[in-house]
Amino acid sequence: MSFISTISSWMIPLIILIVLISASWKKLPSYELFVEGGKEGIQMAFSLLPFLLGMMVSIAILRGSGALDAFISMLSPLLQAFGVPPDIVPLSIIRPISGTAALGMTTELINTHGPDSFIGRLASTMQGSTDTTLYIITVYFGAVGIRRMGDALKVGLLADLIGIIASIVIVTIVFAR
Amino acid sequence: MVNYIWAAMAVIGIVYAMFNGTMEEVNEALFESADDAVMLSIGLISVLVFWLGLMKVAEEAGLLTMLAKLFKPLVTRLFPDIPKDHPAMGYILSNFTANLFGLGNAATPMGIKAMEQMKQLSQTDEASRSMITFLAINTSSLTLIPATVIAIRMKYDSAAPTEIVGTTIIATLISSAAAIIIDRLFYYRRVRKQKK
Repeated sequence: MSFISTISSWMIPLIILIVLISASWKKLPSYELFVEGGKEGIQMAFSLLPFLLGMMVSIAILRGSGALDAFISMLSPLLQAFGVPPDIVPLSIIRPISGTAALGMTTELINTHGPDSFIGRLASTMQGSTDTTLYIITVYFGAVGIRRMGDALKVGLLADLIGIIASIVIVTIVFAR
Repeated sequence: MVNYIWAAMAVIGIVYAMFNGTMEEVNEALFESADDAVMLSIGLISVLVFWLGLMKVAEEAGLLTMLAKLFKPLVTRLFPDIPKDHPAMGYILSNFTANLFGLGNAATPMGIKAMEQMKQLSQTDEASRSMITFLAINTSSLTLIPATVIAIRMKYDSAAPTEIVGTTIIATLISSAAAIIIDRLFYYRRVRKQKK
């Protein structure tokens, strides 16, 4: 596994190396191109701000009021009936909605149950194998001005659901309880 | 749809707070999250500038077209409505690669660039078929190395911080495959509806 962490730390410097060598080889004005492309980034960050802020505030109101917790505890018995461990329920519901909240919950679960416990492993797998659908849709569609998003949200949330079920099944098979 | 979800989250929260006396918390959460959003956007500037700058150089050097050519058979099947050597393919692939290696902060700028290119192809403000496929694969999170999770596990003294890499990869593969299948099902449903 140390092989994998070596790859990930070499990755970015290697990309930079390859890009700059091939650009210089083709006698391109690499620095000027970098600056030109980078300027787009500033604009992009600012145009993203209202999309992110709007979505994050709305999620915060839902969480802050306690409505989200109430919803989760309402849903818990149902999910437990399907064999979902109760401690993991909040994480599986928050994961598609808010990345920072999910990361906080995973840390919390690992802290209380220990990283090598069943819950700890399950939270780790779930955190790694799903993504914050609402954030991705907000950022990607917001940045390019897509207003009608078709089936994107439905497809994304269904994929999350399957990812969560898959995590539970696989961790149960691999590590047993 | 996002309009309703967005409004519903806030409306439900405020109404719930009315009956449960959590208005103080709502107020606090409201302004705290607004602050967080600004910090997040500003924090994004560094990654966006860096990766978009580098990608501009890569694009001009022809590296993105090369990448697109390399994985042509796979990606043309996933995105049949994008022309084969179109730069969108290169950005889509760079986004996937960045996700695979857990370079989350590099994936976002490339994803946005890919979206931009796909929008140029479709020329509307409606999500195109390829955009929805792209999002579906992204939300199912293609990850080989969940770097953040490994870091947290190390911090809490796990005996084997990386032991969840295997389960994560399998779960990711299943959810990505499912995402592609679900995306196709929805696409065919859309096509049928249009015919009627």
